[in-house]
Amino acid sequence: MKLTGAEILCESLTRLGVKDLFGYPGGAILPVYDALGKSKLHHVLVRHEQGATHMADGYARASGNVGVAMATSGPGATNMVTGIATAMLDSSPVVCITGQVSSKLLGSDAFQEIDITGITMPITKHNVIVSRAEDIARSVREAFVIANTGRPGPVLVDITKDAQQASAEFDWDAAVPKLPVKRKQKSYDQAEFDRAVELLNTAKRPLILAGHGIMVSGATKKFAEFVKAANIPVAMTLLGIGCFPADEKLNLGMMGMHGEAWVNHAIQEADLLIAVGMRFDDRVTGDLRTYAKTARKIHIEIDRSEINKNVPVDAALVGDAREILEQLEPHIVSREHGDWLARIAEMKGDSAVRDIQSLPDNGHLYAAHVINDIWKETNGNAIVVTDVGQHQMWEAQYYHHNAPRSLITSGGLGTMGFALPAAIGAKFAKPDSEVWVVAGDGGFQMTMCELATIVQEKINIKIAIVNNGFLGMVRQWQEFFYDKRYVATPLVAPDFAALANAFGIRGERVSNRTDSINTIRGAREYRESVLIDFRVEQEDSVYPMVPAGKGLHEMIRRPNNPLVETATEP
Amino acid sequence: MQTLVAYVENKPGVLNRVSSLARRLAINIDSLTVGPTDNDQIARMTIVAHTDAKGGHRLEASLEKLVDVLLAENISERSLLERDLALIKVKADQQNRPHLMELIKVFRGRVVDVAPDSLIIEVSGTVDKIDGLIEVLRPFGVLEMARSGRISMTRGGDLLQPPPQEQAA
Repeated sequence: MKLTGAEILCESLTRLGVKDLFGYPGGAILPVYDALGKSKLHHVLVRHEQGATHMADGYARASGNVGVAMATSGPGATNMVTGIATAMLDSSPVVCITGQVSSKLLGSDAFQEIDITGITMPITKHNVIVSRAEDIARSVREAFVIANTGRPGPVLVDITKDAQQASAEFDWDAAVPKLPVKRKQKSYDQAEFDRAVELLNTAKRPLILAGHGIMVSGATKKFAEFVKAANIPVAMTLLGIGCFPADEKLNLGMMGMHGEAWVNHAIQEADLLIAVGMRFDDRVTGDLRTYAKTARKIHIEIDRSEINKNVPVDAALVGDAREILEQLEPHIVSREHGDWLARIAEMKGDSAVRDIQSLPDNGHLYAAHVINDIWKETNGNAIVVTDVGQHQMWEAQYYHHNAPRSLITSGGLGTMGFALPAAIGAKFAKPDSEVWVVAGDGGFQMTMCELATIVQEKINIKIAIVNNGFLGMVRQWQEFFYDKRYVATPLVAPDFAALANAFGIRGERVSNRTDSINTIRGAREYRESVLIDFRVEQEDSVYPMVPAGKGLHEMIRRPNNPLVETATEP
Repeated sequence: MQTLVAYVENKPGVLNRVSSLARRLAINIDSLTVGPTDNDQIARMTIVAHTDAKGGHRLEASLEKLVDVLLAENISERSLLERDLALIKVKADQQNRPHLMELIKVFRGRVVDVAPDSLIIEVSGTVDKIDGLIEVLRPFGVLEMARSGRISMTRGGDLLQPPPQEQAA
């Protein structure tokens, strides 16, 4: 069957199981858009190509399947860069398809020509330029395989306009992926495995560090079995949240810069860390010289280049988390960790006293209360998509996630503006799930144009803006480390509720604690999208905080009376 | 200094991916040579990098993550044969030419071009040996020099072969 390159692309995407894709048309991708119109694929018109990549990313994170973003050449492609890098740093399977000028014009600085494969080389898992119609089907199939095998990541396929227009024989069976045959990745030998088992069974104060890799590997069920069989407490990375239910007694919560105090202390007191699908990022370890000095380390990780990168380990098991946990579990002998669990419970009790939730209502609205209210009202069952900053950390602390893939957040790159578009993608992946955006007033203004996409697509998303009138996390650093010199952090925002109305979305505003629950309830009952502007305490800070370069045990704790020490009248 | 051997797909852009990766890891490349293998789809690289064993491991493991890299191996700790090739153009007049020839002979170099005022010397061997020859040639006046960069191979039965590829349809 003879098809144009553009038709081959649409047919290939359909056969790969794609239903929705996110993009923005332009000259060099127009043949594909013409073919899209005749296909069964649903194209979501975004308002900025960065949004398209975040949507594809949100789609991928919510579903585990490849998300697809599309843009034209030149500025369309360069606008994708931030979204691609976001997906790269968080190992998210995204395929980006960009139009390119015709092959005879390549290298001529033609209108809207840019070397996007050159630009994205360090921020993609792989990229490729396709200049023949007959190569499109195979290249797209290969892109999907690369994006979602091993450690996932973004792949960019740049297709010249003449390849989209030319005709070629379409033979799906012949277009099987033909990737280079690589040497089998170096894994681990029996001695390494035995060493891990020995460490596991002799530890008195073991702690599991659970990361995103557990979800990616589809290991959540196995992981829960393993944890219970070994009776070892679990600390989570930001992206690991959801891999093990928050309700479980052995789940201690988040570790790291804004991790729970008892978790960070437990890491510093442990005699064994079992890291699963996490990469000892600097936001997780703090100062490496003082990190977990008394602990031996086992690292279960699919990416060999992560082994000994930041933290030297005693046993490295390179491979798929689920398979390795399956092999380890039958070897667990020792599960008596009563003294250790009692010690952690003691530290936990001390922290609860300082928790803002335990302090009396002083009439002020705190972000932590807002998050806690959303958690309670949604019974912890929503997919929450956050932006980056203080609200992101409060979400991680106060929304207790039980289900995998229910927290979607930019961890590695820390991309402000991520939440709204990523939530749109998540909603397309999980149309029956309740999706909440939790964003700050700063990040939300970066991509709020996508409100129009929500309206055009008639989708139902609830948006909570944690509005403190500051670029809050930067302000917090200025408060702690720059003597409260608030340079470029006080932030003017539009009336978000009125802005939502202008887009055709219901807008609400909440300024005190008593209105919070009712407004959230009302928003949930409403069948369409709702935006709620929560006017929260302006100068509240995220606690605990491990200052950059300090050890995990050197946390700044919440002052006993936050009002006296930090607050100003809103 | 760490020495790595890599087998890569022989196609445009692969060298860029490899060198770009080293740059991203902030590892300075001392020399990088690429040449064909007996399979024209596959090229072999020898990479000599200014880094420690930890950096060598990171580079090896990161290289293998590239789709186009079939195999990467840090061979720094293995028993190796290393060769560098140099062409050195040196000033030579009637008076000092015999003396020069003596020195070249000691280093097992060859004179491959003779002009009234200069010679081109070809020499191959370890980096130390070539550096040694250059040192003794310097007083005569080194006019120009081209060096190939290092190629390396593990000795004896320690084989580094590319994984067999499927036949192209």
